[in-house]
Amino acid sequence: MIGFLKKINWMTLLIPIVSVILGLLCGAVIMLIIGYNPLLAYQSIVESIFLQPYYGGETIRAMIPLVLAGLAVAFAFRTGLFNIGVEGQLMVGWLASVACAIIFGHLPRVLLLPMSIIAGGAAGALWGYIPGLLKAKFKVHEVISTIMMNYIALYTTAYIIKNFLYHEGERTPTIPASASLASNFLANLTQGSRLHWGFIVVIIAVIAMWYILWKTTKGYELRAVGFSPDASKYAGMNVSRNIVLSLTISGIFAGLGGAMEGLGTYQYMTINSAFTGIGFNGIAVALLGLNSPIGVVFAGALFAGLQTGGLTMQSVAGVPVELIQIIIALIIFFVGSSYVIKWAIERLSRKGHKK
Amino acid sequence: MSIFEVLTIIIPSTLLTAAPLIFTSLGGVFSERSGVVNIGLEGLMSVGAFTAAISTLALEHSGFGDASPWIAILIAAIAGGLFSLIHAVVSISFRADQTVSGVALNFLAAGLTIFLVKMIYEGKGQTPYITHNIDKISIPGLSKIPFIGPIFFQQVTYTSYLAILVSVLVWFIIFKTPFGLRLRSVGEHPAAADTLGINVSRMRYIGVALSGVFGGIGGAVYLVTITSNYSVSTIAGQGFLALAALVFGKWHPIGAMGASLFFGFAQALSITSQQIPYLDRLPSVIMLTAPYVLTLIVLTGFVGRAEAPKADGVPYIKGQR
Amino acid sequence: MSYAIEMRHIRKEFPGIVANDDITLQVEEGEIHALFGENGAGKSTLMNVLFGLYQPDQGEIYVHGKKAVIHDPNDATRLGIGMVHQHFMLIDKFTVAENIVLGKEPKKHGLLDMAKAVKIVKELSEKYGLDVDPNQKVEDITVGMQQRVEILKTLYRGSDILIFDEPTAVLTPLEIQELIVIMKRLVKEGKSIILITHKLKEIFEACDRCTVIRRGKNIDSVAISDTNPSELASMMVGRKVNVQVNDAPYEPKEKVLEVDHLTVLDSRKVNVIKELNLTVHGGEILGIAGVDGNGQTELIEAIAGLRKVKNGRIKINGQDVTNQKTRKIIEAGLGYIPEDRQKHGLVLDFSIGENMVLQTYYKKPYAQLGILQNKVITKKAKQLIQEFDVRTPSEKTLARSLSGGNQQKVIVAREVDRSPELLIAAQPTRGLDIGAIEFIHGKLIDEKKKGKAVLLVSFELDEILRLSDRIAVIYEGNIIDIVNPKETDENELGLLMAGRKKGGNQA
Repeated sequence: MIGFLKKINWMTLLIPIVSVILGLLCGAVIMLIIGYNPLLAYQSIVESIFLQPYYGGETIRAMIPLVLAGLAVAFAFRTGLFNIGVEGQLMVGWLASVACAIIFGHLPRVLLLPMSIIAGGAAGALWGYIPGLLKAKFKVHEVISTIMMNYIALYTTAYIIKNFLYHEGERTPTIPASASLASNFLANLTQGSRLHWGFIVVIIAVIAMWYILWKTTKGYELRAVGFSPDASKYAGMNVSRNIVLSLTISGIFAGLGGAMEGLGTYQYMTINSAFTGIGFNGIAVALLGLNSPIGVVFAGALFAGLQTGGLTMQSVAGVPVELIQIIIALIIFFVGSSYVIKWAIERLSRKGHKK
Repeated sequence: MSIFEVLTIIIPSTLLTAAPLIFTSLGGVFSERSGVVNIGLEGLMSVGAFTAAISTLALEHSGFGDASPWIAILIAAIAGGLFSLIHAVVSISFRADQTVSGVALNFLAAGLTIFLVKMIYEGKGQTPYITHNIDKISIPGLSKIPFIGPIFFQQVTYTSYLAILVSVLVWFIIFKTPFGLRLRSVGEHPAAADTLGINVSRMRYIGVALSGVFGGIGGAVYLVTITSNYSVSTIAGQGFLALAALVFGKWHPIGAMGASLFFGFAQALSITSQQIPYLDRLPSVIMLTAPYVLTLIVLTGFVGRAEAPKADGVPYIKGQR
Repeated sequence: MSYAIEMRHIRKEFPGIVANDDITLQVEEGEIHALFGENGAGKSTLMNVLFGLYQPDQGEIYVHGKKAVIHDPNDATRLGIGMVHQHFMLIDKFTVAENIVLGKEPKKHGLLDMAKAVKIVKELSEKYGLDVDPNQKVEDITVGMQQRVEILKTLYRGSDILIFDEPTAVLTPLEIQELIVIMKRLVKEGKSIILITHKLKEIFEACDRCTVIRRGKNIDSVAISDTNPSELASMMVGRKVNVQVNDAPYEPKEKVLEVDHLTVLDSRKVNVIKELNLTVHGGEILGIAGVDGNGQTELIEAIAGLRKVKNGRIKINGQDVTNQKTRKIIEAGLGYIPEDRQKHGLVLDFSIGENMVLQTYYKKPYAQLGILQNKVITKKAKQLIQEFDVRTPSEKTLARSLSGGNQQKVIVAREVDRSPELLIAAQPTRGLDIGAIEFIHGKLIDEKKKGKAVLLVSFELDEILRLSDRIAVIYEGNIIDIVNPKETDENELGLLMAGRKKGGNQA
């Protein structure tokens, strides 16, 4: 029996691993075709992340919003919902945290910092609540509604900054130091990277997701609704309320991701004419992390590392950094095609046994 | 400024911005009617726009002159069709979640096109500008009609009229031909179609490939009539807007066209409102977000239920009922 | 002599089970041949092999004496084989004519010629006496007409061998008689028919010969004139059936369920339940007999709070639960074994343990202050698995990986263990093997003995007659009569189910 369970776990773990390997291989093939040296390129990524403290710090820094975005997507997935709206939820969270920090700038740090973080989470929650409500009340598919909410967020945040929080350079003013997550200590430790205290928020969020879903009755309900809304309804659960709750909590994670950017990385928000990409990357992170909190951390580390190291790759090996995006896209395709990968692995292992 | 003058600004502008949306949303109609959700329209438009940019530049260089953008649109159609096959293989044959595959398609398109631009133009993030656009013209004869002429037939491009004609054609194909009947049948009840000997996978491949062709055309038209060069921000959201038009138009070709025209109108208004009295006082954010807010409202069913094809988004597995 | 269809030594294996094991089926030209067996015996698999939906692992198929390889439904259609599916393969939003011609459309200049399609459908429907309206949408026509559309689909393709897969499951007794007439007419027109069924009555009314299969194996083929119902029945089951009978004395106690002038709308806003009255007492099993689609589902859903009540009252244990939330009704004393056990009864991707507390997870002792008490849940699950003989490696196993019978045992265990005053059992034994059926029947009788009220809904008259203390017949959303099982028989019930009241004064 234990052996049986072990086998299953192996199989599920194998798919993301195989997908990453295939994605990197495809990236290498593309580089070879065009005439770059894939070994040099990948070597430059690995070396920069692990040997240069600056890039190491930047990787962890990039992980912070990415993991939160991944948690947001994964949490909704567990309730059977596809939250494509992390991008928008992240933007409103970003703006809300920055706005809060600026408006209440006179308050002491002990109040201001938590307030600003909560503001980010709350704005994200609102942006998740709306599609949740639309789904629960009117059966509006969340994929479409969250996409719409993304654009509404994009234009609305830009409008608000332009009209109410404008500062030279197409952005908001910088937040007061009392609301900042940035840290000289961490920056010095990593030779001047933008690493900030936000990673503590991430650790709390990871644990919170795990605890909520697997230890509480609410989490039990959310998972039940995710697997089978019909059976949940028959068992007396309120499916609509769980859908709303799930997207709201998902929105909190996303909004916190935005707050980390606003209070940590940048200390302000720019007027965006396009999306940050973090929300969409969050989908990739959640899928690769098999929608489990710890998996999201690993997947987030991988993608953050690739993106940060990609800059080194561009300068050292001359490969455009967009290659990283191509590789991530391919990895999503492979993870999504798990059915075929499973089938192929089974075929291979059966052949192996026959020998 | 008279209403007449306002209309001569807004209507041609509407037609111009709507054309790419019409083509792309028609592509979405094919795909989703066959039962494959296509979030990847954005990516397909990017591929179309990118292809149109580099093809036009190459054709201009080889002396094709004014024909260059038109030929480029055809090449972009082929490129879009080929690119969409990735979505088809992954979501139909490999049974991946169609939304996941669509998201990945957008990623891939964004990365790949800019990657190639940097390859071709030595590290630059955008292509040079094309010199032979499809220009705004006045249609001979028609533009002389009093009142109607200046509103509908001056300062317009042929692509807008082509888009409207094509949407009628698509309606005809989907509702009046055996092919259309079969395409709809696999989107509604693939198992039933299967028992009648209709090859479900093949129909869905065709549906997705057509969405690629039309998405490619949409992106190309956007490039050769509006932006004239390709960069990261060229297709910022046009594909998702087309997706919204598809839903707003209730998965119907004529509906999609109407929705695209309406979204084009909203976009035109947000751009031109500064020139128009009264409207210049309206915050542009209202016009910019209008298409998305309205699509959400339509989806709530207050204005008649928008119903997707029954098997839209559901992979078909033989033998499973 | 050549057969219309001959399937020799067919074997078809699925992961974990052999669905068909060396089955031979010989259908003579121009006969109605019954393929008889229990649910899960392998009838549908065999027919799907014949229709090209599955490929056999071994064996050969001959059509009109010629060896045939059938890769897909296209091949089957080309060979003149047509299938009338149990779950209709119809597209709701298409018209009748569109559904019939789909895949083989009449064309004019390459375009759809719907006028011609309508004409062809009309001609066919007149020729075979299959009344349909070609221009109506399928979603707007009756179940009986939908079945005729299915038959016309095969005739339009020129099939001369027709497979009917459990065609009577959704029909009223009257419609069944009509169907038998249609089948006989088709045979007269030169068609051969295979009738898949597990109902003896139909075989003796309609068929010429019969092939019995059991657990994927061939048992025998016999001419109907040479056999009798009890012989066929024992062939199907393979042993003497140990019938559970409701032998406990009938001592009704106080009213547990009271349904008073209930009116309920269906999804199309039509009254499906009209002014219905019903009372179930403690210590009795009340069986509801009726043809599918007469409001049974809606009645149960209304009681369980899953469907809105338009008018009328529902009381459980004297407590008014009309339009209350499902959870509140469950807490008031409702237990429910739903008809679709996989969709409604279980969260398939939850473990057995998690499924055992699907309604009680938030209560003590399974939860404290919103935190799950996993140890308590595990212990309870282990106890129930043992008590109800659920065959599973552990309580951590996913419900999905259990057999149908064991899945149903999980549901019954959970519902009975909560000790509800009212237990609703909807089609509790559908699709189960004999062993599981006996077990579940026994549990229902136990509940009655404990003084609980049991509301049993079933399409199997057998089951209703055997278990019920009283039988309520539902027809078009109303209880048209309540009869004593000891004073009635299948014939009388059949008439009632078709809407004819006793004495024949009502048509």
